[in-house]
Amino acid sequence: MRSLSERQQRRSVLGGLFAAAALVSVGGVVNAAGAAGSSVRSPRRIVSIGSALTEMIYALNAEAGLAGVDTTSLYPPAARALPNVGYARSLSAEGVLSLAPTQIVATEDAGPPAVLRQLEAAGIPVAILAANHRFDGMLERLSKIGEITERSPAAAQLAQSLRGDWAQVQAQVASRTAVRRGKLPRVLFVLSHSISQVMVAGDTTSAQAMIEYAGARNALTGVSGYKPLTPEAAVAAAPDIILGTEQGLQAAGGVDGLLRLPGLIDTPAGRARRVMALEATLLLGFGPRLPAAVRELDAAFAARMG
Amino acid sequence: MSAVHALSWAGRRDASSSAWSRQQRWLAGAAIAALLVLAIVLAAQFGAVRVQAADWWPAWLRGETTRTSGSAHVLWQIRLPRLLFAVLIGAALGVSGALTQGLFRNPLADPSMIGITAGAACAAALTIVVFASSNHVLPIAWRPWALPAAAFCGALAVCFALDGIARWITPGSITGLLLTGVALNAIAAAVIGLCTYLASDEQLRSLSFWTLGSLAGAGWWLVAGLAVLLAVGTWRALRLARALNALALGEAAAGHVGIDVAVLRTRCVILVALLVGCAVAWCGMITFIGLVAPHLARMLIGADQRRVLPLAAAVGGALLLLADTLARTLAIPAEIPVGIFTALIGGPVFLLMLYGVMRRRGGV
Repeated sequence: MRSLSERQQRRSVLGGLFAAAALVSVGGVVNAAGAAGSSVRSPRRIVSIGSALTEMIYALNAEAGLAGVDTTSLYPPAARALPNVGYARSLSAEGVLSLAPTQIVATEDAGPPAVLRQLEAAGIPVAILAANHRFDGMLERLSKIGEITERSPAAAQLAQSLRGDWAQVQAQVASRTAVRRGKLPRVLFVLSHSISQVMVAGDTTSAQAMIEYAGARNALTGVSGYKPLTPEAAVAAAPDIILGTEQGLQAAGGVDGLLRLPGLIDTPAGRARRVMALEATLLLGFGPRLPAAVRELDAAFAARMG
Repeated sequence: MSAVHALSWAGRRDASSSAWSRQQRWLAGAAIAALLVLAIVLAAQFGAVRVQAADWWPAWLRGETTRTSGSAHVLWQIRLPRLLFAVLIGAALGVSGALTQGLFRNPLADPSMIGITAGAACAAALTIVVFASSNHVLPIAWRPWALPAAAFCGALAVCFALDGIARWITPGSITGLLLTGVALNAIAAAVIGLCTYLASDEQLRSLSFWTLGSLAGAGWWLVAGLAVLLAVGTWRALRLARALNALALGEAAAGHVGIDVAVLRTRCVILVALLVGCAVAWCGMITFIGLVAPHLARMLIGADQRRVLPLAAAVGGALLLLADTLARTLAIPAEIPVGIFTALIGGPVFLLMLYGVMRRRGGV
C-alpha cells in the first residue's frame, strides 16, 4: 500500500514539475510557481461565446480554464470537444450556470438580454467585448482576454508579434496595390449557407473589411450589411473574383454548384471560374489569425489577378 | 354547416343529450389537474443544474439574509419563475384560444392562425426597428412596457380589422372570416419580414427573439404581473361563458335569448388581444397551444364554455410547461426553441384524441 501511495506521490510531483515546465516554456515571463499557485487557489472556469475569443484563449494557452464554448467556436479543433452552450443568440441561463463558470466572455451577439441579466444576477461576471472589424479592435480584445485570464504579459507578447506580422502583411499588400495602379480587383463575397438563401456582403460587413485589408475592393457597395443576392445586382457588380467560405461553398455544392446560382456565371469572375473560399472563422472571425488570413487572401487574389 | 365544422365541434353533441356525465367531467378535471402537477414536479426536478433537496428551503427559512448562491439560486431565481411563467403563458394562450373559437364559432380560429399573434409580433417588430432608429427615444423607465403595449395594440388592431373586414367583404360567412384572418396573417408576416430586412444587426438580435419564441426572460415580477392579468382575464372570460354558449347556436339565436352580440364580440376581442398581446410581448411567437388546448378540453368535458375555459387554461399550461421542459433539458447545456416542442407534443396528442372521438361517434 505504502509503495503504491509513494508511487502516486512521485507521479503527482512529476506531473506538477511537468506542468510547471510547460507553464515556464509557454508563458515565458509568467512566474511558474505563482501561476501554478493561483490556479490551485481559484480554478478559473470561463465560458467563451464567440469564435475569436475562444481562439485568443487558446493562443494564450489559457484553455485549461475554459469550461464551455458556443457553436461558432470551431477553431482550434480541440475547442469542439468542450461542452457547447449552443447558439450565442439563444443562450440558456441554467445551461451556462450548470458549467459552474466563474467568468463569461462574450461578443455583442450574445443573448437574449434577459439571460445575460440572469447570469449577472447569479453573480457571474459577464464581459461583453465589443466587436469591430479593425486590427486595432482585435488587439484591444486580446489585451482584455489577457487581463481576464491573468495572462497579460503573454497577451502583450502575442500582440507584439501580431503587430510585426501585420506590418509585414500590410507592406506586402501596399506593394501589390502600387503595382496595380488603382485598378484593384473587385471581389464579391457570397455567404451561402443554403442554396435557397444566398446572401452577399455590402458595406460595413466583416467580409468587406477583409477584402479591403487584402488590397481589393468590395464589388457590391451602396447597401449595408448582408443582403439577399439578386442576380441582376450580381451581374451589375461585375466582380473579378467571387469569395466565399469553405462551409458555404460546400453547402452550395462546390465551385460548380455556386456558379449555378442565378447571375453569378454572367460575371467576369464566373466566366473565368475565379472562385475561392477560406474557412469561415479564419476569414470572418477577426481573431488572432487575422494577419495570416489577410496574407492568405492577398496571395489568393494575386494568384488569380496578377 | 360545413363538414369540418361539424367534425371539430364533435364535443358539442352533448349540449342537449348530456353525454358527459358528472362523473366523467370530474374524472377529466382530475386527470388534467394531475397532469399539470406532474408536469410541474418534473419541470422543477430536471434541468441543467442538479438541485438538492436542501435547496428547496427558501432562503428566509434557512436564516440566510444574503442572496442564495449556487443551485439554490438557480432553483429559486431561474427555474421556478420560468416554470410558473410557462404555466401562466400556456394558460393565457389556452383561454384566448377557447375565446377565439367560441367567438368565431369555428374550431380553426386559433389566435396564431388568424393573425392575432402575428399582429402582436408585427407591432413589436415595428417598435424595435422604427422607434429605435427614430430620434424619439423612450425614457428608460418606460422601455420594459413599450413592447407589451405595442404588442397589445397590434393584437387589438388585428382583432378589430378581422371583424370589420370580414363583415364587410364576406358578411355572415365563417369561411370568409377565416380566409380574412389568413390574409391578415400573411400581411403581418410580410411586415415582420420587411422589418427584418430593414433592421440593423443589433435590432436583428432583438427580432430573432420574437420570431423564435422563448420563455427565458422569466422573473418573479413578470410572473406576478402575469398571474394578476391571467386571473382578471379568466374571471372576465368566465362571465362571458354563458353568452358564448348561446352564441354557439348562432347570432340570431343568441339575440333571441337577449344577448347583445356586438357587446359580447367587443369584450371577447379585447380579452383575446390582452392575453395574446402580453404572451407575445414577453415570450415571442408561441403557436399551436391556443389551437390545441381548447380542443383537448372540449373532447374531455364537452362544449360548455363555463368548463372549457378553465380546463383549456390548465391544458394549455401543462402542454407549454412540458414543451418548455423538453426544450430546456434535451440539449443541455444549450436550449432548443420551445415552439418546436409545442407542435411536436400537441400535434400527436390532438390526432390521438381526434381518433378517439371519431371512433366513439362511429365515423364523421
